[in-house]
Amino acid sequence: MKIKFLLLGLLFSFASLAQDYYPKNDGVKTKERNFTAITNAVIYVSPKKVIKKGTLLIQNGLVVESGKNVKIPENCVVLDAKGHTIYPSFIDLYSTFGVAKPKRASGSGRSPQYGPNREGFYWNDHIRAEQNAIHHFKFDEKQAKTLLQHGFGVVNTHLADGIVRGTGTLVALDVNGNDSKRILANQSVQYLSFSKSVQSRQSYPTSIMGGMALLRQLYHDADWYSKGNVNTTDRTIEAFNANRNKPQIIAAGSRANALRADKVGDMFNIQYTILGGGDEYERVQDVKNTNATFIIPINFPKPYDVENSFLASRLELESMREWNQRPANPKILAENGVQFALTMHELKSPKAFKTNLLNAIAHGLDKTTALAALTTVPAQVLNNSKIGNLNPGSHANFMIASGDFFDSKSSVLEHWIRGSRHIFEDITLQDIRGEYHFDLEGVSYTLDVTGSKTSPKATLKSNQTTYSSNLSYKNDWVHLLFTGQDTTQQEFLRFNAKILSNSTELNGTVSFEDGRSQALTMSKLDAKKTKEKTNQEDPKNKTIIPITFPNVAYGHTALPKAETLLFRNATVWTNEADGILKNTDVLIKNGKISAIGQNLNVRGAKIVDATGKHLTCGVIDEHSHIAAASINEAGQNSSAEVSIEDVVEADDVNIYRNLSGGVTTIQILHGSANPIGGRSAIIKLKWGESSEDLIYKNTPKFIKFALGENVKQSNWESYSRFPQTRMGVEQMYVDYFSRAKAYDDAKKSGEPYRTDIEMEVLAEVLNKERFISCHSYVQSEINMLMKVAEQFDFNINTFTHILEGYKLADKMKTHGAGASTFSDWWAYKYEVNDAIPHNAAILSDMGVVTAINSDDAEMSRRLNQEAAKAVKYGGASEEEAWKMVTLNPAKLLHIDDKVGSIKIGKDADVVLWNTNPLSIYAKAEKTIIEGVTYFDLETDKKHRISIQDERNSLIQMMLKAKNKGMKTQPVKVNKKLDMHCDTLDHHEHEH
Amino acid sequence: MKFYIKFLTLFTLILSVHAQQTPAPSQQQAIAITGATAHLGTGEVIENSLIIFNNGLLEYVGQLDSTRINSDMEVIDAQNQHVYPGFIIPNSTLGLIEIDAVRASDDDAEIGTWNPHIRSLIAYNTESKVVETMRPNGVLLAQITPRGGRISGKSSVVQLDAWNWEDATIKTDEGIHMNWPSNFSYGRWWLGESPGLKVNDKYNDQVSEVETYFSNAKAHLATKSKGTHLPYEAMTGLFDGTTKLYIHVDDEKGIVDAVTAAQNHNISDIVLVGAYEAYKVASFLKTNKIPVLLRRVHSRPNKSDEDYDLPFKLAKMLVDAGVVVALEASGDMERMNSRNLPFYAGTTVAFGLTKAQALKLITLNPAKILGIDDQYGSLESGKSATLFISSGDALDMRTNQLTRAFIDGRDISLESHQTKLWKRYSNKYKTQE
Repeated sequence: MKIKFLLLGLLFSFASLAQDYYPKNDGVKTKERNFTAITNAVIYVSPKKVIKKGTLLIQNGLVVESGKNVKIPENCVVLDAKGHTIYPSFIDLYSTFGVAKPKRASGSGRSPQYGPNREGFYWNDHIRAEQNAIHHFKFDEKQAKTLLQHGFGVVNTHLADGIVRGTGTLVALDVNGNDSKRILANQSVQYLSFSKSVQSRQSYPTSIMGGMALLRQLYHDADWYSKGNVNTTDRTIEAFNANRNKPQIIAAGSRANALRADKVGDMFNIQYTILGGGDEYERVQDVKNTNATFIIPINFPKPYDVENSFLASRLELESMREWNQRPANPKILAENGVQFALTMHELKSPKAFKTNLLNAIAHGLDKTTALAALTTVPAQVLNNSKIGNLNPGSHANFMIASGDFFDSKSSVLEHWIRGSRHIFEDITLQDIRGEYHFDLEGVSYTLDVTGSKTSPKATLKSNQTTYSSNLSYKNDWVHLLFTGQDTTQQEFLRFNAKILSNSTELNGTVSFEDGRSQALTMSKLDAKKTKEKTNQEDPKNKTIIPITFPNVAYGHTALPKAETLLFRNATVWTNEADGILKNTDVLIKNGKISAIGQNLNVRGAKIVDATGKHLTCGVIDEHSHIAAASINEAGQNSSAEVSIEDVVEADDVNIYRNLSGGVTTIQILHGSANPIGGRSAIIKLKWGESSEDLIYKNTPKFIKFALGENVKQSNWESYSRFPQTRMGVEQMYVDYFSRAKAYDDAKKSGEPYRTDIEMEVLAEVLNKERFISCHSYVQSEINMLMKVAEQFDFNINTFTHILEGYKLADKMKTHGAGASTFSDWWAYKYEVNDAIPHNAAILSDMGVVTAINSDDAEMSRRLNQEAAKAVKYGGASEEEAWKMVTLNPAKLLHIDDKVGSIKIGKDADVVLWNTNPLSIYAKAEKTIIEGVTYFDLETDKKHRISIQDERNSLIQMMLKAKNKGMKTQPVKVNKKLDMHCDTLDHHEHEH
Repeated sequence: MKFYIKFLTLFTLILSVHAQQTPAPSQQQAIAITGATAHLGTGEVIENSLIIFNNGLLEYVGQLDSTRINSDMEVIDAQNQHVYPGFIIPNSTLGLIEIDAVRASDDDAEIGTWNPHIRSLIAYNTESKVVETMRPNGVLLAQITPRGGRISGKSSVVQLDAWNWEDATIKTDEGIHMNWPSNFSYGRWWLGESPGLKVNDKYNDQVSEVETYFSNAKAHLATKSKGTHLPYEAMTGLFDGTTKLYIHVDDEKGIVDAVTAAQNHNISDIVLVGAYEAYKVASFLKTNKIPVLLRRVHSRPNKSDEDYDLPFKLAKMLVDAGVVVALEASGDMERMNSRNLPFYAGTTVAFGLTKAQALKLITLNPAKILGIDDQYGSLESGKSATLFISSGDALDMRTNQLTRAFIDGRDISLESHQTKLWKRYSNKYKTQE
């Protein structure tokens, strides 16, 4: 759409540009004291305060008064805005207006940069609190006009680069003025995000959890600095501390990241205002619990082009749902009392803003809330009472819309910023639409003028004949071109008429084909109202696919509840002294194993006939990387400061698939990118619950360590990070633990100390409060780590992978380390050349607590079979093999008091199998966690049917949308990458 | 760095030579296996059976009949045990790569797009430590297949107990492998694209490139006065029906396009490889008699909303529809995982097939598809004595426990680098006690 921008600066005098103290050399000094009154308009003083037919009185760029009976002073210019509506200018809290994107730092190749580019600033280049948007700001006139025309008059702009981005600037989009009037507040807020700066290639952080850790450490460092403990100058921290009292806006970009941001804020008593992602509706209660004000983009997805059914079949249900559900996000947020502002952020064209806003309203967003989200809410975030409303004393920032802004037909006619007028359409423009009648040379004509008010169209007829004609309406003049009576001739008549106010006729002159001309009056037949279809759809007509928990295929429409269940006549693998009990009943009550025995009878229990079936405790995977948004923080050789608990993703379908394989508990381990990795999350696979609720209650603390090729970065082109050899790995551990010891000693001495999250975590290891699970392959390094641990008087809890464990099982036994290994993987890299599938059996024979793990989203759902391989290779007994995927990992994880066997009082995490669970022919029929059935073959069947139905109806809806002329997008799949040991936030694929 | 690579290669080589089991000599004496449950691979099972083989060939497979046993025979009492034909792993890179991460040991994919002349057989390393770990699980034959390019090259069928690739050969250059263009392509995240799948807008162009290539090959082969053109000439067998065309393709539309295109070029012997969505066009495949080497059973569904067990039950769906199916194992960690082939078949039983049907997927069906069923793939009189004895059900890891195995009647070793280490370290601890 071409922007019409008329009469710019017509009332230039309204704006007194210069300050009193500016010298004037081009004339005399004047001062503007006149008032302006805009009358007869509907005035939205604020979203809830509306004056019908009111007057808005302004002077010197400020609102003087608004109301029904405003007394108009003598020195006042009056503007009649009859039929129009005045709104306070919209405010966009999350803008990059006039601030150019910084250039990406040059350099390429895979060799990472570990140090910063800068001197005298924080050690990490992605923390840029010293940035001020104003230093990069250049008023963008063209963009300003576009924004004004779409209702936005004030933007808070910033340099969208870095994890801490420094201050933003509040700009009034006064095209006529200069920056002295435009800048409403310099350094208005501080911006943060989870995205790195493009101005530096410094590799840390490589993950979202690293970003969170970095922010936390920054708050600690800033605090330490502010107390005068640092004798060097850090301009970043100084700026960061100076910005602390401003509003803090963090660009999270998604619901999940919003919750993460809030978690960081809570730790330091900061309430961020959070830029969301439009997916907040999926778990709105969690969003509400943040108590944050949100900034919500409304870039709703287009329907997919599903005409080609081959391509369409590749679409994921969740993407199709997104198209259907996202427009309801603002409504759902509003209904649940989440305060939010709206932003144009992420919209490709500003035109889409109104289209999408109307779509949100059609999906039930209430207009008052919508208006508040564009005016008072952002003003409140900015602590600025002079914008977003038209109360006396506020800035005269307002638009005049041709009617209700939230009507698809209305447009912004004028936009006034600090009293400076910007005109897009002539406010006095006469509506010439209607039916006219005239006689010319003995013929009676009818002229039907329809279309929009600003560019109407004409149809000219007499009796049955329609003449080709063309009408233009510009600057109060109508020009009509039409063919003569002989329609076979290409000869035109021309009619020109000046439109006078309140005229019901077109009075003008007609020029004939032969050059003659005569006066002609076309009279309006009746003042018939042009039928304006209000494009307001009834929200009830919108079919919204029900939101499930999680909001993907196989999600629950309502969270399942714990039941009292009695399994009758099962073969029960107790993992206790009782061994395998035949024909036995097990009662589950209140989420616990309540009774084991024969012929149990309990009133009210749901009976499950388990005749011929096997009941076991749930499978536990010591080494998993599913259900996490990041796995590796690879930016440094130690990342003890990060925690997988920060990035658990409850929506990963692999949780459901693991349940289908009888898995109930997993440890999500950090990857193996560095010798000291990050902290683990131990979770129960309670499919449907929120991420935080998956985390094991009173969870034991773990951290991942790693040895060998991955930490040496042997298999990719990286030669700059210490350590590059196994020799270096040892010294790195000794260094870190020596420092951690010194840190802990200092802390215990009561002296003031700088909180260092990394050292805190390693001190927990030294104090035996946190356990290590160490990725390991060859015997030399395994031996080494045990010796390092012994030197610092702690134990390695678990060696994971431990493929050469069989070579030093005796030493592991003596040290007290457990083993968590693959059943039969090997040959994928040099250090697993001597891996043998008999490993688990040998270790177990030697009395090492041995588990079999997956490290793989596919294998994890068949861990029962992997356990059976310990029977095949090395001849473990079936009971012992079964313990390798249940009780033993529970022991390794220090959760065997609650899970890992069928014992009265333990958590009711059980699986019902159709046959011996070690058999290749075994299938999990029910997987239960704490008495709640999270997987059930019968329910699964129902899901399959409903998924098909839902796909079909969504495809029909999309076809309908396309048929209606809606723009579509090609089929695509937003792939979530599988995470393995070596996975950075987007690549690498090894173990 | 160069030094390290050389060093590593040398070291690996030494280890491999050291570890390799010596191939068994040819059969010297007739062998009778008595009393076992014989799983013929044809769908038939004989309880209390007698199997006699001599000079590498099966002479008798039937009910136990002691009159057929004579004193010249070695008699193996296999009561309560099970006998199976040697399992066959098609579409395999065994012996082409030793250690994934060690580039020097990788020989599976040549550069270039059109490689019909590339032959996997000559790179097949019979001394591979990975190969010898197949045998203890019953995997005795493999189709060694090159990767990469649009046309990857030629595969050959080998047996897994040999001195060199010539010894190993069962069928040379029996098929040409083509990777059909995908209807989808992955976003190049390193260029800032979203890493997901999007419609491949070059699909039609890529298909017409394939068509053009085949037309050109045909045109070249039709002239008598042709100059040398190695790739085109390597395709001769495709057009006269002596070489099979293996088309690696997964999606429904691609399958139909690929089969139709090949047929338009008068290629009669077509096999699909991977074929994830073959179940959607099963009747088309049945009608056109197109067999399928089905992708690894132990994998996850491609889409999050698909049935969790879709990869487990694909075989059942195709078999029920009358398609000839064999199982393959390509993908991540494919070589070391190939020894799990029997358990892939076992999983198809948990998800619908009978055990006899499942067994066929790794015996007679792959033999038929690879064109070696006159000799291999089932226990039938006259065929090669390539078989093994397991103390239990070989499709289940709980019970897959080989006691003896034979390739062409040769009594092969079930030891490996891995069993040696197992024994060595078990003994280490025993002597400590």
